[in-house]
Amino acid sequence: MRKESLLNAALLVVLLAFPLWAWFVDEPFLITLTTRAIVFAIAGIGLNFALGFGGLVSLGHAAFFGLGGYVVGVLAFHAQTYTPLMEWPFAIGGTKSMPVTWLTAIVLSTVLAFAIGALSLRTTGVYFIMITLAFAQMLFYFTISWSTYGGEDGLSLYVRNGFPGLNTMDPIQFFAICYVILLIVLFIVFSISRSSFGLALGASRQNEERIQAVGQVPFRLYLTAFAISGAITGLAGALFADLNRFVSPTMFSWQTSGEIMVFVILGGVGRVFGPVAGAVLFILLEHTLGGLSEFWHIYLGAVLLGVVLFARGGLYGMIAGREVAHD
Amino acid sequence: MNCILAQIRCRPGKSYAVANEICLREIQSELYSTSGPFDLLLKLYVPSSEDIGKFVNDRILDIDGIERTVTTLMFKAFRNNKPNGGNMKLKSFLIAASLATAIAGAASAEGVKVGMITTLSGGGAGLGIDVRDGFMLAVAQSGRNDIEVVIEDDQRKPDIAVQLADKMIQSEKVDVLTGIIWSNLAIAVVPAAVAQGKFYLSPNAGPSALAGKGCHQNYFNVAWQNDNLSEAGGAYLSDEGFTSPFLLAPNYPAGHDMLTGFKSFHKGEPVNEVYTKLGQTDYAAEIAQIRASGADSVFFFLPGGMGISFLKQYADSGVDIPVFGPAFSFDQGILQAVGAAALGVKNTSQWSKDLENETNAAFVESFQAKYGRLPSLYASQGFDTANLLISALAVADVSDADAFRAALEAADFASTRGDFAFAANHHPIQDIYVREVIQEGDVFTNKIVGIALSDHSNAYVDQCSM
Amino acid sequence: MSLLLFIEQALNGLQFGVMLFLMAAGLTLVFGVMGLINLAHGSLYMVGAFAAAAVAAATGSFLLALVASFVCAAFAGVLIEFFVIRRLYDRDHLDQVLATFALILIFSEGTRWTFGSFPLFLDKPDWLSGTVMLPFGIEYSLYRLVIILVGLIVAASLFWMIARTRIGIRIRAGENDREMIGALGVNISLLYTFVFALGAALAGLAGALIGAIQSVQVGMGEPVLILAFVVIVIGGIGSIKGALIGAILVGLTDTLGRSLLPALFGLFLEPSSATSLGASLSSMSIYLLMIGVLLFRPKGLFGGV
Repeated sequence: MRKESLLNAALLVVLLAFPLWAWFVDEPFLITLTTRAIVFAIAGIGLNFALGFGGLVSLGHAAFFGLGGYVVGVLAFHAQTYTPLMEWPFAIGGTKSMPVTWLTAIVLSTVLAFAIGALSLRTTGVYFIMITLAFAQMLFYFTISWSTYGGEDGLSLYVRNGFPGLNTMDPIQFFAICYVILLIVLFIVFSISRSSFGLALGASRQNEERIQAVGQVPFRLYLTAFAISGAITGLAGALFADLNRFVSPTMFSWQTSGEIMVFVILGGVGRVFGPVAGAVLFILLEHTLGGLSEFWHIYLGAVLLGVVLFARGGLYGMIAGREVAHD
Repeated sequence: MNCILAQIRCRPGKSYAVANEICLREIQSELYSTSGPFDLLLKLYVPSSEDIGKFVNDRILDIDGIERTVTTLMFKAFRNNKPNGGNMKLKSFLIAASLATAIAGAASAEGVKVGMITTLSGGGAGLGIDVRDGFMLAVAQSGRNDIEVVIEDDQRKPDIAVQLADKMIQSEKVDVLTGIIWSNLAIAVVPAAVAQGKFYLSPNAGPSALAGKGCHQNYFNVAWQNDNLSEAGGAYLSDEGFTSPFLLAPNYPAGHDMLTGFKSFHKGEPVNEVYTKLGQTDYAAEIAQIRASGADSVFFFLPGGMGISFLKQYADSGVDIPVFGPAFSFDQGILQAVGAAALGVKNTSQWSKDLENETNAAFVESFQAKYGRLPSLYASQGFDTANLLISALAVADVSDADAFRAALEAADFASTRGDFAFAANHHPIQDIYVREVIQEGDVFTNKIVGIALSDHSNAYVDQCSM
Repeated sequence: MSLLLFIEQALNGLQFGVMLFLMAAGLTLVFGVMGLINLAHGSLYMVGAFAAAAVAAATGSFLLALVASFVCAAFAGVLIEFFVIRRLYDRDHLDQVLATFALILIFSEGTRWTFGSFPLFLDKPDWLSGTVMLPFGIEYSLYRLVIILVGLIVAASLFWMIARTRIGIRIRAGENDREMIGALGVNISLLYTFVFALGAALAGLAGALIGAIQSVQVGMGEPVLILAFVVIVIGGIGSIKGALIGAILVGLTDTLGRSLLPALFGLFLEPSSATSLGASLSSMSIYLLMIGVLLFRPKGLFGGV
């Protein structure tokens, strides 16, 4: 465990030091790139909560990622055009305040995750993978044809939403916001995984009969885990919308679900910091390999293949050993 | 940084070799061949930390072929354009058609850095590659060495495109952006880029969102407004006496735009309007509907692979109602994949390879010579975009935004389309032709059979206030 | 809508379903026998189509092209089974997803590298072109009828192979208990390679057959892959019968949804919003179908295992 804690600390330090250095030498793009990695990391942490701790392999987390993004997009759209979101039964207008949009994104993602989870958890294994995918695909096609909010063209925010006391358009300040959120999310996930709920969830993943025997209901554990997981990924979606100042149905696509899953597996399933390492590695690969050739996807594929075949348990499994490897 | 000018005299017959060598060392800011007692004039910046004498001695005088030099150290710059340091990043590369022309070129005092974000991988890569190749061909033919083009692949993903735009603006510090193929990517990138004072020249994609209320003084569309080609289709079908067409398009904003454009210029009443799933590959159900509809014509907008699938299946279905469409399903890149199924189909386009004007003939020939394939619609758009940029650079520096914008608005360049001008919302005013798919030997291509709309502008000019 | 058009649309749905079955049969076989999620199945479909296009362009023979698609895809299947898939049997689904996702990237860009970025030409031969008159005056494409026929032949041979042949017995035994049949002296690794190659070959054949009336281009495999997964999940994983019935269900739902829903909404909405809403709903229809099936039968229609 010591090696893993060291790695965690190193990761956090690098994620903080690198943008600060970039800020110092005036390379704002590198700050934006790091922020992107952090947002993806948060999305991955969300999925990891269901996948790593609860053993729920969801290929539909793009649904929550996209929903979070669209909450920000739609609220900003109404704020920009000064049109009310709805007038009945009570009037709600748009907003461009980050804390409000985050909260809305979290609440709505939790509700959606609860609904999807309640239906999907009737199935297991591959069927669970496919039913979660189906829900995300439905939302994907729905947003493509929802012309009020741009359809496939998506929605532009023009400027990032505001956060009291900060200039969010400044890359380093927006980075700071995301970094703090990452720390908070990591802390929460770490605490939950050590709580009695987290322990019961882990036990249930390993042996459902035994957990039933001690009076717990696995379905409830799984559903709670899935809802928390959806909420975190939804928050990441909201941050992603602010980062790009833009949302589009691509956020709902199955490729997005796949990418979030790749972050988790690359980093190490079931480790709190795994998705952080995975997202950083993925962005790093995308950025460096993209410069090599027009056909850089081949190299990316080869690296991913190498990780699966020769580094079981992802980066964390390779570096920190297999103490808590998934099963 | 210290600025120095070095006049260089070379051994007879060696000056181009020396210039070559200097260019390879990437130390120059500007380099000219000159008349008079010296052969070359070199301007360069030496880092403040370096000893200038030693720098000149180590980095220049060891080049074989130099006879003597006179170095002038500059003190105060009364008016200066910032040095770009001469460092080259991995993916940026100086375009020099050949080093010889590179030395001779450079009429304007400062160059321009262009960021091209386009689709180079995955299913839609053919379009991006054509735009890029057309653009680079024009840059190479211009013989200017001061146009630096940074090219990046957006993978057809809006969020990647936004990220690349950030990179180009924040990190590469480009002056002009271009290259995006798809409307949804353009909508994601353009508003933020022009708001930061950059110019954006669209070589493809002209969504209505950027033509009407969302227009901007720094946004120029060199291709078409999205509705244009289908507006022409509507006008053409009316002229030909087709009164009850069957309309088909994918269910996404560009699809709706296309059919709206068609209906606004068509006088009849469509018998049916069908929206298909984006990316759909099997059209048996739609073709059955067409057969049963009693329509006298079919107008469809199905770009890329969707169009290939539809045309092949339509030809096989035995339905003999004539089909029409905008050029996107009939461009040079995909016609070979459709094959005989497309023969005789009429489509609307602002360009065709047999358009009779000097620029176009030269373009088609040089494109074929350089890349070994016939140019497509998209290649012609890339070529025109670069030539527009070059024409503006000849008149104004990009750092003088107002003058540069005026130079772009003038559109004083030889377009492959013949006449070309900008409407008030910076979208083209141009003729839109009707083409027919024909076979030349083994190759399927288009030939012009008429004009659908002359000097056609777009429907959004009045909504744009700038 | 007239009854005649309805029948024709139902036929179209059946034909689309059979097309999906060709793709799904290999997937469900690999999934059922080896417990492997193979996202790269769509890439094998693409390999088949490209091989067919290349051979058809070189020789002009459609039959040779079909043979080439079958052989090339099988060969590609053997290659990736030997170098990659073999190491994944005892891993969990996650590792399989990531590894085969990586294979998609390699195959897609590798194909683009070899064949360029533009779609290729592949057409059906003249003797399969044109239409035939069916009873009740329905004019139908001959080639589509042939696809239905080929699909049904493939289905019948697979049933026969699984139920009647020695290799079928081994495959069924392998599904139930892979250690046991290994202990009984069956060369498990050879059996798996065979099954994987067979699945790949079927995908390649489907790619060639369908490529002739669609677009042969990079990335053509992914949309079909998702549909094929939907099919085998509805049918129940590992069941050839389930795949056939699932495929036809999906084909009918999709085709009839596309043609009926807009007309249905047209009854009480204005035409433009009716077509738009109908189109949106019909693109979601197969996912609704899948969710519906799984809610009542969590292991698919025939997935009793």
